[in-house]
Amino acid sequence: MTASLGGLGYLLMPGVVMMAAGFVLFFLRGPGRNALIFLAPLAVLSLVWLLPEGRSEPIRWLGYELVPFHSDALGRLFGTVFAFTAFAAGIYALRQERRAEIPVAFIYAGAALGVVFAADLITLFVFWEMMAVGSALIVWMGGSGARGAGLRYIVIHLLGGVLLMAGIAGQVAETGTIAFQAMHADSPAKWLILSGFLINAGAWPMSAWLPDSYPEASWSGMVFLSAFTTKTAVLVLLRGFPGEDILIVVGLIMVFYGIVYAILENDMRRILAYSIVNQVGFMVAAIGIGSELALNGAAAHAFVHIIYKALLLMSAGSVLLMTGRRKCSELGGLFRTMPLTTICGLVGALSISAFPLTSGFVAKSMISDGAWDDGLAVVWFLLTTASAGVFLHAGIKFPWFVFFQKDSGLRPPDPPWNMRAAMLLMSFVSIGIGIFPAPFYRLLPYPVDFVPYTGAHVVSQLQLLLFSGLAFFLLLGWLKRTDTITLDIDWLWRRLGPMIYGMLDSGSDRAWQALVRRSQRSGERLMRTIYRHHGPQGVLARAWPTGSIALWAVFLLGAYLIFYYF
Amino acid sequence: MPRPKIKEDHWLARPQTIRILWISFVVILASTVIADFFVHHDARFGIEGTFGFYAWYGFLSCVVLIFISRALGVFLKRPDDYYDR
Repeated sequence: MTASLGGLGYLLMPGVVMMAAGFVLFFLRGPGRNALIFLAPLAVLSLVWLLPEGRSEPIRWLGYELVPFHSDALGRLFGTVFAFTAFAAGIYALRQERRAEIPVAFIYAGAALGVVFAADLITLFVFWEMMAVGSALIVWMGGSGARGAGLRYIVIHLLGGVLLMAGIAGQVAETGTIAFQAMHADSPAKWLILSGFLINAGAWPMSAWLPDSYPEASWSGMVFLSAFTTKTAVLVLLRGFPGEDILIVVGLIMVFYGIVYAILENDMRRILAYSIVNQVGFMVAAIGIGSELALNGAAAHAFVHIIYKALLLMSAGSVLLMTGRRKCSELGGLFRTMPLTTICGLVGALSISAFPLTSGFVAKSMISDGAWDDGLAVVWFLLTTASAGVFLHAGIKFPWFVFFQKDSGLRPPDPPWNMRAAMLLMSFVSIGIGIFPAPFYRLLPYPVDFVPYTGAHVVSQLQLLLFSGLAFFLLLGWLKRTDTITLDIDWLWRRLGPMIYGMLDSGSDRAWQALVRRSQRSGERLMRTIYRHHGPQGVLARAWPTGSIALWAVFLLGAYLIFYYF
Repeated sequence: MPRPKIKEDHWLARPQTIRILWISFVVILASTVIADFFVHHDARFGIEGTFGFYAWYGFLSCVVLIFISRALGVFLKRPDDYYDR
């Protein structure tokens, strides 16, 4: 198919429909608004599947051939999970007091969907930037505490956008085409494109923006944020740089960065933010491995991660809404009065840890098996260590410190029905995919020849996770929460930068003062001299007697006469 | 929020429940290792096919990760109002 999506057909692009719904939502109130929040993501979901496979008719624009819509298995996979998560998060956020949040979130989701189906670099860039703006607005809607974090967020993402744009310009100059296809990072232009993608993925060292900004969003805002930006980055890396070796290293650094910082963190939502970096690290490493199994694993992991991370953030958001607290050191014992939130949080925690019968298990084992099949020993051992670490920092730490540990004395009830419904929906899907992986495997980009439930897989995973659990409880004293944050790379621009600026500022201030003083003094001196000569008592201002003038005239004439004769 | 006056805490928080949980946890741990007698782990790198590999490797991994984190924490931890001052 090429012809069926031309002209007005472009208005049916999933991204465009989602964004349009977002704009309309600004003006709706009451049941109409709720109905649209319900129906728009479902309509988009059906469009993802109804629109024909293949590339749309190209649009000519400034001599370039734009292909804004290209539907393939990978696009449909991400389109499905984006639309579905917008649906669930929309229900979850239904009672959000800041009424602009859902409309903006839908526009943001639409931009992400635009990136998913973009087949040329210019369309991709346009949606990419819309995503940056939409997500920054969501961060800012977190309230006054989010102002600085939102600013840092948008600056980093605009920087990423600049890198991407520069790379695209270089790519066009080199190859003459704007088509977005698989490439290798072998020229400066492609390095720029790759780094633009990696900034959005939260790759170290540009990862601090994620735990800095996302947790400052509202209780519902972070659910939206976790789903789209980093995962579109995973998608474009899957499309653009499969098998790029450097991604294995980048991914592994992200994996361990996430674990270590999450272990040290006290804020429950920042723990989950670090865990996003950790999880995206698994996907990036898998893209670097580049075999069909590993790429399937990366895509599958992105899909299930969006769902269980949204679930984890929904349970954390419920705790935040009902208690107003985010710090582990102030929480604990909530299982008594928030049983449903606790159970849903546990389902999310077990899924992220890849426990058998959860969605994480059927996806993540593809990634480690990918490394194993390729004989990448070091990568495999590190990924296995990291899998144990995931259970440590997200699988046990989050639910333990929030819902169990000590009794904080807090007795909040479970959240309202719509939030409970959204959490239950995500829990069912997480477990459903874990128990019946076959339909899910059919969505993946490559044919799946992978059996997750073998005796060896299940036993090894259970050993790995349960003994990690043993380590957690035996070393609990070392994991005790303190009211601290952990310095990150962003210290450079949050502390060192302002410090240097301050020093320069006070230095230049002193220099300026000295300059002002000196010019003031020389000015005063000049004025005094003028005053001395021209002032009322000055030599040049005196009234001279006529006799003295005559005497001076005689003297001058006499001198003239003398000079004349010599 | 006032704490409701209950004589006995939630059944899950009682010491005897926690004791039972620990005992069953240890039993489960042991049974996952015993299961290694009955399943065959393919070994490509050698060590990962040996008896109880995933058990000790998982445990050791976590101990090492916690240790590294604590060591880094010594240098990188700051009071949580650090940037607000």
